Amino acid sequence: MLIQNPADFRSSEVTEERVYLDRRAFMRLAAGIGAATVAGASLPDLVAGVTPRPGIGDEEKLTPYEAVTGYNNFYEFGTGKEDPAKNAGRFVTKPWTISVEGLVEKPATYDVDELIFPYTHEERVYRLRCVEGWSMVIPWLGFSLSNWIDRFRPTNQARYVEFTTLYDPEQMPGQRRSVLDWPYVEGLRLDEAMHPLTTVVVGVYGRPLPNQNGAPVRLIMPWKYGFKSIKSIVKIRFTDRQPTTSWNLAAPNEYGFFANVNPDVDHPRWSQAKERRIGEFRRRKTLPFNGYGDEIAHLYQGMDLRRYF
Amino acid sequence: MSRRLGQLLVVGLGLAPLTWLAIRALRGDLGVDPVETLSQVSGDWTLRFLLVTLAITPASRFLGLNRLIRHRRTVGLTAFGYSVFHFTCFVWLDQWFVWADIVAEIAERLWITIGFATLLLLIPLAVTSTNGMVRRLGARRWRRLHRLVYLAGVGGVMHYWWAVKADTRVPLVYGVILAVLLMARFIPKRRRSPVRSSSAADPMAQE
Repeated sequence: MLIQNPADFRSSEVTEERVYLDRRAFMRLAAGIGAATVAGASLPDLVAGVTPRPGIGDEEKLTPYEAVTGYNNFYEFGTGKEDPAKNAGRFVTKPWTISVEGLVEKPATYDVDELIFPYTHEERVYRLRCVEGWSMVIPWLGFSLSNWIDRFRPTNQARYVEFTTLYDPEQMPGQRRSVLDWPYVEGLRLDEAMHPLTTVVVGVYGRPLPNQNGAPVRLIMPWKYGFKSIKSIVKIRFTDRQPTTSWNLAAPNEYGFFANVNPDVDHPRWSQAKERRIGEFRRRKTLPFNGYGDEIAHLYQGMDLRRYF
Repeated sequence: MSRRLGQLLVVGLGLAPLTWLAIRALRGDLGVDPVETLSQVSGDWTLRFLLVTLAITPASRFLGLNRLIRHRRTVGLTAFGYSVFHFTCFVWLDQWFVWADIVAEIAERLWITIGFATLLLLIPLAVTSTNGMVRRLGARRWRRLHRLVYLAGVGGVMHYWWAVKADTRVPLVYGVILAVLLMARFIPKRRRSPVRSSSAADPMAQE
């Protein structure tokens, strides 16, 4: 239930977050009295086609759309926070394929539509904590990655999943310089990947994902630092050993493979105990696992989180 | 250009980035993370004015721009002003005067330690920048003290280098400029016939 033309609206047309929240309240009401879902491409229709599933409730204010789509770390389009919004405008995300490789029963290359349309897109409001010490609250649109993994059928040997971002220096000016070892690679342990919180994201604020946010598909693991949530995915590979991931490779003492949000383990150059919520001035306390410990902490039981940071 | 007008121009240029920031702040145009913007912009201008300060002596010696020397103090004080602004951003907007955290950050993060040390280095230079202090210290001791500015330049570039996550391009440019400016000081002075400028009488014109 996605409209196909991501650039075809101005940010001024996007619903202000207050109105957006009202609409969600309305939608829940509408769902309650059994209102039919309407097919179509306008915003209310699009949102009506979504199953609301707020991740953290409405007590935390959503970060404005302009900030979510104007302040991004997406080094493929430049290292400045405003570079991605500036440079990703003409990024071509259609056609787009994702190849599934490694320890799976049937390696295959899928058109992205085949991987997006069959699934119900839920609205998931999650906190996003960047390793740099700032955070946002974002209404994503997507579904659990486990849907895909069930479909890909990894073999018994598969223990990790590796994800790769597109490599295309023509379109991604940031890749013309070796700030990182391109292409960008991230990875998860299979049990992390199967956890329902691990989300395939196809939209934000009821809209298709803007290019600067990782169109056409990205991941969100809300309990991990943002750099784990890989954008513009073209390859998914199942392996039996821990993948070499980009930031971990660039600075192993600063960015771990797990990168679970942890106020007790500082980045060598700054404290992770507090964070600045975008839109607020005073820092607030950072929560273990970014506040998702109840759901996720059991995955790491018995692990030394200082060592496996 | 008259001396007065030149002085006014230098002060005006020094205040321009601050004025521009104030305008942006009033328009609510400091970006998604205003604290980060203020910290970065104030740090950038500290380093830029520090490098300009360090460029004045070589410019006067090798390019014959002797008249610039009299503005060196103003530019140096401008750099100091922006460094205080930068530190204020850290203590106030970033840490909200939680002194335990501030002390811990300065003590535990080497790049912040270096940044803080750089600020401390600039304080005696700013304090002794008046004509009266030059007289009191004597030209020789004053010059020796003010060589600390070289260390401040190195500290400033290191602090910046360490602050960035992966893209060291801009700190590298600053580092190269600093290296050139410092090396220029090792080029022996040419013997010159006495010039009309007042440099011989003004200890601040030396070095």
